[in-house]
Amino acid sequence: MTMSHLPLAFLNGVDPWIFAFSFVTVAVTLGMGFWSARKSKTASDFFVAGRSVSVGWNASAISGEYLSAASFMGVAGMVMSSGYDALWYPVCYACGYLFLLLFIAGPLRRFGAYTIPDFAEGRFDSPLFRKIAVCFVLFIGFFYTMPQMKGAGTTLAYIFPGMPYWGGVVLVGAVITINVALGGMKGITLVQAFQYWIKLFAISAPIFVLMAVFGFYNGQIGATATEQTPAALTAAITRKPLVEKAPKDEAWVAPFGPLTTKAVTAAAAALPVEQRAAFLDEHKRPYSLLYTYSLIIALVCGTAGLPHILVRFYTNPDGVAAKRTTMWVMILIGVFYVFPPVFGVLGRNLMPELYTGLTGIKGTDQVVLKLPTLLSAKFGVLGSILSGITCAGAFAAFMSTFSGLLVSMTGALAHDVYGRMLRPNARPAERLVAFKISAVLIGAVAMVLGCFVELLEINFMVGQAFAIAAASYFPLLFMSVWWRGMTMKGAATGMLTGGLCALAAAALTNFSTLALDKGPMGKVFAGFAPLNGFWAAHPLLRILCEQPAIWTVPLALTLMVVVSKATASNVPADIRMKMLVLHAPEQLGLKQEYIQEHTAGAGH
Amino acid sequence: MSSTTPAHDDAIHSESFLRSLMRRQLRLSIACAAMFFVALLGMPLLNYFAPALMATRIGGFTLSWLILGVLFFPFVWIISWAFIRRSIALEAEEVKSVSPDQR
Repeated sequence: MTMSHLPLAFLNGVDPWIFAFSFVTVAVTLGMGFWSARKSKTASDFFVAGRSVSVGWNASAISGEYLSAASFMGVAGMVMSSGYDALWYPVCYACGYLFLLLFIAGPLRRFGAYTIPDFAEGRFDSPLFRKIAVCFVLFIGFFYTMPQMKGAGTTLAYIFPGMPYWGGVVLVGAVITINVALGGMKGITLVQAFQYWIKLFAISAPIFVLMAVFGFYNGQIGATATEQTPAALTAAITRKPLVEKAPKDEAWVAPFGPLTTKAVTAAAAALPVEQRAAFLDEHKRPYSLLYTYSLIIALVCGTAGLPHILVRFYTNPDGVAAKRTTMWVMILIGVFYVFPPVFGVLGRNLMPELYTGLTGIKGTDQVVLKLPTLLSAKFGVLGSILSGITCAGAFAAFMSTFSGLLVSMTGALAHDVYGRMLRPNARPAERLVAFKISAVLIGAVAMVLGCFVELLEINFMVGQAFAIAAASYFPLLFMSVWWRGMTMKGAATGMLTGGLCALAAAALTNFSTLALDKGPMGKVFAGFAPLNGFWAAHPLLRILCEQPAIWTVPLALTLMVVVSKATASNVPADIRMKMLVLHAPEQLGLKQEYIQEHTAGAGH
Repeated sequence: MSSTTPAHDDAIHSESFLRSLMRRQLRLSIACAAMFFVALLGMPLLNYFAPALMATRIGGFTLSWLILGVLFFPFVWIISWAFIRRSIALEAEEVKSVSPDQR
């Protein structure tokens, strides 16, 4: 809190290079937002960018939006802290996108509903269901903004050593909120595309320099077992001694390591010493496998239900362009995801002191930002420049994802709650004002939530947002697209039950983790401390709560089928036409026909 | 299912067209999904049942790390490339099968 009595004290100890790169990224982002705000006038410009975006721009923009602080900072931090098991995150982020392409993207695009609530209403002719679906845009959105805010707080605390965590959260949150309120999505398409290329450059260029100096990826991993690795590979690699809190090499590099066995290890620690070995032998690996599968389900299915990703499919001019765009997105994100784990591996060998910071802002989540400074000892200013570049990439990461989420959530609030429920007859000018007020409102809530999560790992929180999406939107979209017997009641029951169970599980896990804190957070969540004793006695329940997808997704799907069968008389009357619109090629023009019939017949 | 009569009585709006449409699309999607699910869900099983094999060192990497951290991404590209090619062709066939000059 030195800021209060000496206004510029937080600038002490700031590296000018790091500051300059970060500042330029933010300034360019804002500049593009203001510039395009002057060009976008109408409300539909704000919502889907007038559907006038080319394949290259759009693919870069989707990738830019998809690669969040979790991908840029979180994956590296988690690979460093947990090793092999963390690799599931980047792999499943990429596979999840493929899954979305295979089953959901095409039909949803043909249907022409440009948000999930639009689809929910159109598919079941139910404005009520739309309102239920809107809630989940906000639930998932807020869960996903928390890790972005942690990324912002961590990065600013790194750039300005005197700044408290919450200061970074509030500063970055306010800047992006203003940008979205002024620019809308038209601005964001350009900004997102630009930010993808910043992120790719910022993650790849420094790591190549680091590897050239300190030894390559394979050699660095090889250094974890020197007796099995050719000496030529590891000759140039000097590791720093690991600190006490770091996991051991063999557990770190192998599957079923610290991430997935944490619950069982904690349970064993609570047992009498003589029972521990037998308990670990029996439970460690099976539970770990369960954890892995649950994580995979959450990440792969969850991608399909992220509200801010789907909306992008509508910014392509036609279906073929949408497919081409998707192919490029797969390539762009795939190339990116090779790099963050490299930071994690190098961080383990070269900067083990980060392990002592654990999960706070001084922990492994900042490895991407801090690792390049190692070059300063040999090459002087180069270390600062490269660290400045990764900071710029981190800014691009949390700014782009936070903007995208803010647009989706603001769209839901302005378009659905205000435009449809509160003031259906509002004029365009009033709608635009509503959009701006909603953006400020949602930005403020996201900042408050962001202040609470300093102690949770970025990547872990994003996994939770995916788990909620996997149990709510994914079953809704998947079943509604491929099964015509689905009814509104079935869809609503499944989505609400699955989604709320996942939400409750994620919240409980976080509350009990925060209760362990020695600082102020521990006091706020002290009521949840007894839960940790319960977890120690029941490690299986802890895993099912920490990674709920393995039971919530089947639960949601089953409920949808059972309730739909029970209410089969409520299947929409024009279901064949709806299915045709979802599945017939766009050239046949069924969409137009459907809209005409619908407006003529139903009259709403 | 519901007993509504279709508003139009041509090939596009027929039950048989919709059925073949959905079946062909779903078959393509499932075939592609099966490929990546076998790999994705098989990896933990390999790690579980053949830990020694997966721990084999290849140029410094463990086999398991090399597959998951590097090789998986090109694999996903191949599947998506195949899917997109097939699905664009499939749509073209579908349009052709119901266009008036074919009947």
